[in-house]
Amino acid sequence: MSVTVRQVRTGLNGDEAVAYAVLHADVDVISAYPITPQTIIVERLSEFVYNGELDAEFIPVESEHSALSAALGASLAGARVFTATASQGLALMYEILYIVSSLRAPVVMALGNRAFSAPINIHCSHDDAYAARDAGWIQFFAETVQEAYDLTLIAFRVSEDERVLFPSIVNLDGFILTHSIEPLHVFSSKDDVSKFLPERDPVNAIDPDNPITYGPLALQNYYMEIKRQQAEALFNSKKIIDEVFDEYSEFSGRRYVPVKKLFVDDAETVFVLLGSTAGTMRHMVRKWRREGKKVGVVSLTLYRPFPEKEFVESVKDVENLVVMDRSFSYGSPGGQLYMDVSAALIRAGVSPRVLNVIYGLGGRDFTPDLAEKALEVATSTDVPLIWLGVRGD
Amino acid sequence: MARQIRRLSEIPREELFVSGHGLCAGCGIPPMVKIALKAVDGPKVVVNATGCLEVATTLYPHTAWRVPWVHNAFENAAATASGIEAALKALRRKKNWKNYKIIVFGGDGGTFDIGLQSLSGALERGHKFIYVCYDNEAYMNTGIQRSGATPVGAATTTSPAGSVIPGKPENKKNLMDIVLAHRIPYAATINAAYPVDMWNKFAKASDYLEKGIGPIFFHYYSPCPVGWRMDSSLSIEISRLAVQTRLWLLYEVDHGKIKINVMVRKPKPIEEYLKLQGRFRHLLQPENSHIVERLKRYIENNWNRLLKLAELDSIY
Repeated sequence: MSVTVRQVRTGLNGDEAVAYAVLHADVDVISAYPITPQTIIVERLSEFVYNGELDAEFIPVESEHSALSAALGASLAGARVFTATASQGLALMYEILYIVSSLRAPVVMALGNRAFSAPINIHCSHDDAYAARDAGWIQFFAETVQEAYDLTLIAFRVSEDERVLFPSIVNLDGFILTHSIEPLHVFSSKDDVSKFLPERDPVNAIDPDNPITYGPLALQNYYMEIKRQQAEALFNSKKIIDEVFDEYSEFSGRRYVPVKKLFVDDAETVFVLLGSTAGTMRHMVRKWRREGKKVGVVSLTLYRPFPEKEFVESVKDVENLVVMDRSFSYGSPGGQLYMDVSAALIRAGVSPRVLNVIYGLGGRDFTPDLAEKALEVATSTDVPLIWLGVRGD
Repeated sequence: MARQIRRLSEIPREELFVSGHGLCAGCGIPPMVKIALKAVDGPKVVVNATGCLEVATTLYPHTAWRVPWVHNAFENAAATASGIEAALKALRRKKNWKNYKIIVFGGDGGTFDIGLQSLSGALERGHKFIYVCYDNEAYMNTGIQRSGATPVGAATTTSPAGSVIPGKPENKKNLMDIVLAHRIPYAATINAAYPVDMWNKFAKASDYLEKGIGPIFFHYYSPCPVGWRMDSSLSIEISRLAVQTRLWLLYEVDHGKIKINVMVRKPKPIEEYLKLQGRFRHLLQPENSHIVERLKRYIENNWNRLLKLAELDSIY
């Protein structure tokens, strides 16, 4: 596929960028409930539907639980389906997250990452993304508004691929991306996008002429085989995600890979992280390189299925790894990404020093000063876990 | 047009809900489901909340359903059906897509209690489907725990006939009132002792859906021999007694106009109904006569209220 499709340079915030991607994906059903910082997505989508720009059914449900429940019904019926939420909304959907992935319904969800209560806080943490990590959804993390747009289109294509058939979450940092206007390129119409993302061709959609029992009871004699198949299928989707990333890179002229690296090859210290903070870190790493410090950064565009092979390959010769978590797994050895990374390293037989940095909870800014501090701690102490920039430390 | 009938013998024999399922002998659910699937004509899809009907009919790799059947979770059958209906609308508008009708089955736990919000949301949004609540007056699937549908005085495993508190202290929630507060076009109560009435209501609902009129709600009286501690051969007799004692009012509300389908001029004493069921046996002890009196007042008020409401051109 060659780049023949016209793109328009514009300025949008992350929520609007997602809404445009959903418009360009020509979805059939949107089922969503308002919650900060995702609300702008459903507002824009409502405008598109009410003004006739998008031929879709918008279901203004009475809760996030119903948002995902209706999304599942619509997806099983054969529609291209989108929903969006954040934080408490994701928590309310929790029960249904597992059912959507187990029934192999390719729903796409945007998650405006936001901290869990209490205390109630509307700003960025990755609590919600991590809460969904075991639920069998594919998860992408956007670093920029451009990526939020692109990954939404990619998510539909990946999820609906008959070799995949899993739902996807596109994570975008609350306020930092959802509400920040950035320049980006968008396609000019759904017709152009359809060259990359044709209309959904559903597998085993609800059909009265071919009655299927969806969501039966399966007990001791079958449950485990069904779950094993699901686990393998999600791992196997990685290959298709790679394919779609390559295809989209060519289609859009913007390169997508599961694991993004900068200055990693000869680095002594490498930061590992998710989301928009990668941009700040990239800036810092360039600065540190000018100062002669051998520092690199790895950010994961694909979080689930965990891109274990590429990740380990990219950091296997590094002395110091600093895993940055914008959340904490209370009572666990560290943050959630830290535990993924640690397990991957052990399995590969690589053992760098691994420091876990907890940062930016509830939207606290991650500043260049804090980055300097993280580097200093990483290279000078043996403390395995620090909470960065906390009063009293 | 779906067919209206006058005799049971007019019901076609071909079944869409087939034998081999694990529902108990005497369970009220199967006769209703069989009639619903036949009286609602044309292609159809069933959405089922978690509950007896769901677990007993779909033990993998078997199924009792010859129609597409969707189970999501306990409290979200109405939301799931909303999604299917919205998808069908969009797909029929945008592509060449087969049409079908949507029938939802949920128990009293999944409808009165945990699924009430999801049902209310769907009714308010006006999705075109039929929702049937099969009401066996407790959480039977988990072993007879009290629900918002359990009548006053009934003994369940979480409202036992104790020496201090003799059964459920609270009245049954009036689900039809809640549903009617949404001003939906058609709602009715149904009862297996009146199968022709039930058939004709489903057939009417089918025609309404055909014309794009919905949502439609049915409240079904569903005897449970295990939970009610009664002989499994008595299900239909108990169903009839519920109507003849005026405990279960058989009526329909068509665009706001109430029609009482069975006028019970001379009600039988409620004791006849209570004495057949173990869940009420303690109420017939002299020290619990105040509960029976309370039940009688409830029945009388309910009947009189319905008669008054039925005089109105519309309750909406």
